[in-house]
Amino acid sequence: MESSSTYENGLNLKATELRLGLPGTTDEETAVPCVRNNKRPLQEDAAAADEKCGANGKSESQNETAPPSKAQIVGWPPVQSYRKNNLQAKKHETEAGIYVKVSMDGAPYLRKIDLRVYKGYPQLLQALENMFKFTAGEYSEREGYKGSDYAPTYEDKDGDWMLVGDVPWQMFITSCKRLRIMKASEARGLGCGTV
Amino acid sequence: MFWGSRKTIDMNYFPDEVLEHVFDFITSHKDRNSVSLVCKSWYKIEKYSRQRVFLGNCYSISPERLIARFPGLKSLTLKGKPHFADFNLVPDDWGGFLYPWIKAMAKSRIGLEELRLKRMVVSDESLELLSESFPNFKSLVLVSCEGFTTDGLAAIAANCRFLRELDLQENEVEDHRGHWLSCFPESCTSLVSLNFACLKGEINLASLERLVARSPNLKSLRLNRAVPFDTLQRLLIRAPQLVDLGTGSYVHDPSSEAYNKLKAAIQNCNSIRSLSGFLEVAPCCMSAIYPICENLTFLNLSYAAGLQSNELTKLIHHCRKLQRLWILDCIGDKGLGVVASTCKELQELRVFPSDPFDAGNAAVTEEGLVLISAGCPKLNSLLYFCQQMTNAALITVAKNCTNFIRFRLCILDPIKPDPVTNQPLDEGFGAIVRSCKGLKRLSLSGLLTDQVFYYIGMYAKKLEMLSIAFAGNSDKGMLYVLNGCKKLRKLEIRDCPFGDTALLEDMGKYETMRSLWMSTCEVTLGACKVLAKKMPSLNVEIINGSEQTEFNLDDRQKVDKMYLYRTLVGHRKDAPEFVWLL
Repeated sequence: MESSSTYENGLNLKATELRLGLPGTTDEETAVPCVRNNKRPLQEDAAAADEKCGANGKSESQNETAPPSKAQIVGWPPVQSYRKNNLQAKKHETEAGIYVKVSMDGAPYLRKIDLRVYKGYPQLLQALENMFKFTAGEYSEREGYKGSDYAPTYEDKDGDWMLVGDVPWQMFITSCKRLRIMKASEARGLGCGTV
Repeated sequence: MFWGSRKTIDMNYFPDEVLEHVFDFITSHKDRNSVSLVCKSWYKIEKYSRQRVFLGNCYSISPERLIARFPGLKSLTLKGKPHFADFNLVPDDWGGFLYPWIKAMAKSRIGLEELRLKRMVVSDESLELLSESFPNFKSLVLVSCEGFTTDGLAAIAANCRFLRELDLQENEVEDHRGHWLSCFPESCTSLVSLNFACLKGEINLASLERLVARSPNLKSLRLNRAVPFDTLQRLLIRAPQLVDLGTGSYVHDPSSEAYNKLKAAIQNCNSIRSLSGFLEVAPCCMSAIYPICENLTFLNLSYAAGLQSNELTKLIHHCRKLQRLWILDCIGDKGLGVVASTCKELQELRVFPSDPFDAGNAAVTEEGLVLISAGCPKLNSLLYFCQQMTNAALITVAKNCTNFIRFRLCILDPIKPDPVTNQPLDEGFGAIVRSCKGLKRLSLSGLLTDQVFYYIGMYAKKLEMLSIAFAGNSDKGMLYVLNGCKKLRKLEIRDCPFGDTALLEDMGKYETMRSLWMSTCEVTLGACKVLAKKMPSLNVEIINGSEQTEFNLDDRQKVDKMYLYRTLVGHRKDAPEFVWLL
């Protein structure tokens, strides 16, 4: 019944066409649903306004004349507002970045990283190594970081300076307040020999 | 005995009490309505013996007339706002107020015992009056309501001496943190069901524990986020007989003593068949509930945003008897595959979007649905938010599952075609309605033309509720539905090119339906006026957006939102300024 030519070239202009004809009449046999997105100013969904409106959910078959991005269609997707409000709150909690300052002994300025970005210690250490151009060495529980001039340490919630790597990753990212890449000579007191 | 030479039994020979006893066995509303139509004497007996009444639209009749009709009323179910109010399409203060009902029933000394409300505006005043007016009041169920605070709940707790059920589902409640729980008197030991999961504020934990301890009949308990892990453990120890549990916050250190205690407590709760909550969740603690998963028939993880796909599937592996599953789309297509191979008894599946605002990112596609349909032949109810859908997939689903009663599909991009063929989804939905002869509820999405409505009108003979958005080409679409779906009760349409011709073609049809909603369509004010004039048994309401403060008299103007419903009592008196009753 429909020819596919309207969709083939990906423009799908028909969907966004302003139609002034009487309801029930069509210009051609390949009529498509009239999305009346230009006739009335859309009210931005109050909750959606908080989200990045740049969120671009457009599919392949639409281009710049396509319907407005989904964040602007009131009441779409049809999710109960109670559910939207409750999920949104949790989303911010579980995905907010954990930004901590990173200092390195001898470096002129500090950096900041988001701990949520890393899946575990190997990725974190790799990132620190790249950022500050040093090598962290081999980690072992007994001896800390062997074979390096530096040791990565962090200040925890209690204000103590700890060696990075001793506690499980999840516990680390929730308790780490800041990172310091310490000169190995100073770091000798941590880790090995104590306990 | 009485028959002699008669070939038939004259039912009127029996005293009223006998007929009443017989009618006791007739419980369905439809059947009781039919009974009352047989003859005057049956009408009278049915009228006085009727205890349960269901009103799908609170404006279809007035409280006074209801009470006059059924003076023996004990249980009332009321629904207020139209369904699309759930999605912010109906302004606040549109209506659906509970107070007039309570006032009228109190005045007439109705022996109300049970009240179930959906999408109503419930004030603290109405809750207070309720608690003071009905000494035998036993059960209050509020779903998607608003307008009350914890003060109203305190009145219910304090005054309803025989309260069995307080069930609050997804309501917007202003939390005054007034220790409403502590208002249950020490003498209250009758609770069977307590659900306060939607409350946002703190709870007096000690009061909660004491309440649970003195409620030996408690079968259903759903907690809110403010109830921490260790309290949950203590509650489970006091209520091992629970059948339905909703956890509050479920976060703890799995190596701790409290965690071990919870594991032990849960293992003792071998009656639990329904599990929900996990409003805050630490994935590492989920293994504690594996022992009860075996017997679960209902699992609701749709608010557990902290669980990823692998954790979900690990859990699902243990749930072989599951009949109903509500879950977030982060389970993914592969995760749905695990559901399909594990949950052979599955009847109802709801997959919600974990990110309802970013429409580009649903984590499930047509693949997950196909897997489910192949593995779960008993599936009869579906709500599925997905990234995309194909005709081929829908055709396969229709072949695999012919038992659908409810089929609600929401493709997040509202006019997305089949991504493989670039065709509209007419054929796919057509297959569903052709195959599922018992289909009662259908929600459509994706790119759709008039053709899909042709199929619906042709095949969906049992359809009662249809939800349409951004679909169709012309009035023909709407007409196919109105003409073909003889059992249609509720039709809700948004952003479709249906206009006056379709609206006015068969005005009598709307008297056979509960309601019709049309927003951002092609219907003009003039047509609505014609309809209202010709059909006095209908209320035709025009709901104006906030930018239209003046009554625009131009009949050619397209209406923003129209809501019409059949009623026995004409225009309602409580409509706000922005609602025009034609």
